[in-house]
Amino acid sequence: MAPPGRVPDWAVAAACAAVLVAAGVLSPADARGALGDLGPTVAFLAALLVLADGCRRAGLFEAVGAAMALGARGEPRRLLGLVFAAAAATTAVLSLDTTVVLLTPVVFATAAKLRVSPRPHVYACSHLANSASLLLPVSNLTNLLALQASDLSFLRFAALMTLPWLAALAVEWFMLSGAFRGELAPARRAPRRSVEPVAFPRFALAVLGVTLAGFVMVSFAGLALGWVAGAGARALAVQTRSPARAVVRATEPGFLVFVLALGVVVQGASEHGLGSAAEALVPDGTGLPALLAIAALGAIAANLVNNLPATLILLPATAAAGPGAVLAMLIGVNVGPNLTFSGSLATLLWRRVMHAHDQPADLGEFTRLGALTVPCVLVASTLMLWLGLRIL
Amino acid sequence: MRAVVWIAESTWETCVDEAAAVVPAEASVALLHVAPSDVELVAARRHGPLGRHHRPPPGPPLEGIADEAARELLADAAARLGRPAQTLALRGRVEQEVVAAAAGADLLVVARDGERRPGPKSLGPRTRFVVDHAPCRVLLVWH
Repeated sequence: MAPPGRVPDWAVAAACAAVLVAAGVLSPADARGALGDLGPTVAFLAALLVLADGCRRAGLFEAVGAAMALGARGEPRRLLGLVFAAAAATTAVLSLDTTVVLLTPVVFATAAKLRVSPRPHVYACSHLANSASLLLPVSNLTNLLALQASDLSFLRFAALMTLPWLAALAVEWFMLSGAFRGELAPARRAPRRSVEPVAFPRFALAVLGVTLAGFVMVSFAGLALGWVAGAGARALAVQTRSPARAVVRATEPGFLVFVLALGVVVQGASEHGLGSAAEALVPDGTGLPALLAIAALGAIAANLVNNLPATLILLPATAAAGPGAVLAMLIGVNVGPNLTFSGSLATLLWRRVMHAHDQPADLGEFTRLGALTVPCVLVASTLMLWLGLRIL
Repeated sequence: MRAVVWIAESTWETCVDEAAAVVPAEASVALLHVAPSDVELVAARRHGPLGRHHRPPPGPPLEGIADEAARELLADAAARLGRPAQTLALRGRVEQEVVAAAAGADLLVVARDGERRPGPKSLGPRTRFVVDHAPCRVLLVWH
């Protein structure tokens, strides 16, 4: 939602797309083509957003918070381990936005309840929302776009990205637990504060499990994944008695419009030189140096223009170079935004223009950690991808 | 004499006990907690695709939770100290706020929060900064 009195981002993007078509930069047929390509992915995304919202309504994140509080037994480092597990699983299955919007506040409150410094745990959520979004096609919108453009199946995507995902988690653990070792010092006395367990919503977990299994099976049958996500989202919405208005709001209609409009704008730019520029930049081959170069290119592009436009720009060129190149590009665009607080130069400028107040201070620690972790995760994950491509 | 005791989540009991043992009864004691000001910003970081406007997360604002937790921690520390003490709940860059709050004090009580084995990592990065830059005597206690 845009603050009152300001034009929402989706309206600006839609207006840009309309101007491109009206000015003849992009033919109406090509614009329709871009929309047609993105349509199924955007519908899939909407279903996933409703699924995540259903999990929230069913009380999944309160239960996760209570389970983390109980399992930590007052030890900050043990809590960080549980936060890593929760953030990695939430990001992988319910996408990065769910970790940011729904899990992070729960983690913050859990740390406060246990009387441990929330800093390492909140930083972990913020970092893992990006770097743990490598595993499944549903973990990140960039992955969904890539899955549609490449000939990877859901299962093959997950199989090839398992090692890179684990490598990313390992590097993040090493870096964050080292940087925050002061805050993670073990408490000398056992905690006196009791934590009440909260039952996990079994129906929501069952729906999530069945939906994931459905993705795998449907992907073998060559059907659209959106139907499975839609069925899961519907089951949860019915069970949690979500009003229709809340379901529509959960899909974030403005954001869906923004994605579609962005697709049209990038299509226009691609036809006027950006596409051939991307092709010239993407190196040939699937050797380790080429994969590393593609991952670095993805990270740089994500930091300049944000991860979604970067994916749309680089996808045609990498898809032509094969699945290895597409996955290396995803490592770059998914992990890269951790480099800076705003995620990209474009977001920074956009927010400055659109929302002048959005200027955070005191982010030296975040920037320092980003500068340390992002290059290491990029190299480690790409190395694992290269290995996976050889053995799988 | 004025003593400042740095109250951090994992080491506060050690610091309070040492302060009770070491600081003379006639000295004034300030119990200091600093909430890191970057945590709420990082928690609210919206790094999804450009153009995304998230709703504010459900539940109470995070700063309120942090302030409440700091108040409770300082109240427990004051009770444990067992004598009149000033409590200071600050917000900012933790190591710099602690150093600034120690200005004019005669003693700063700080706990070791690093690794137990000998070596340079025996202090966490923020405690290292405080020990290096404190403008007064520092009592560094084993945690």
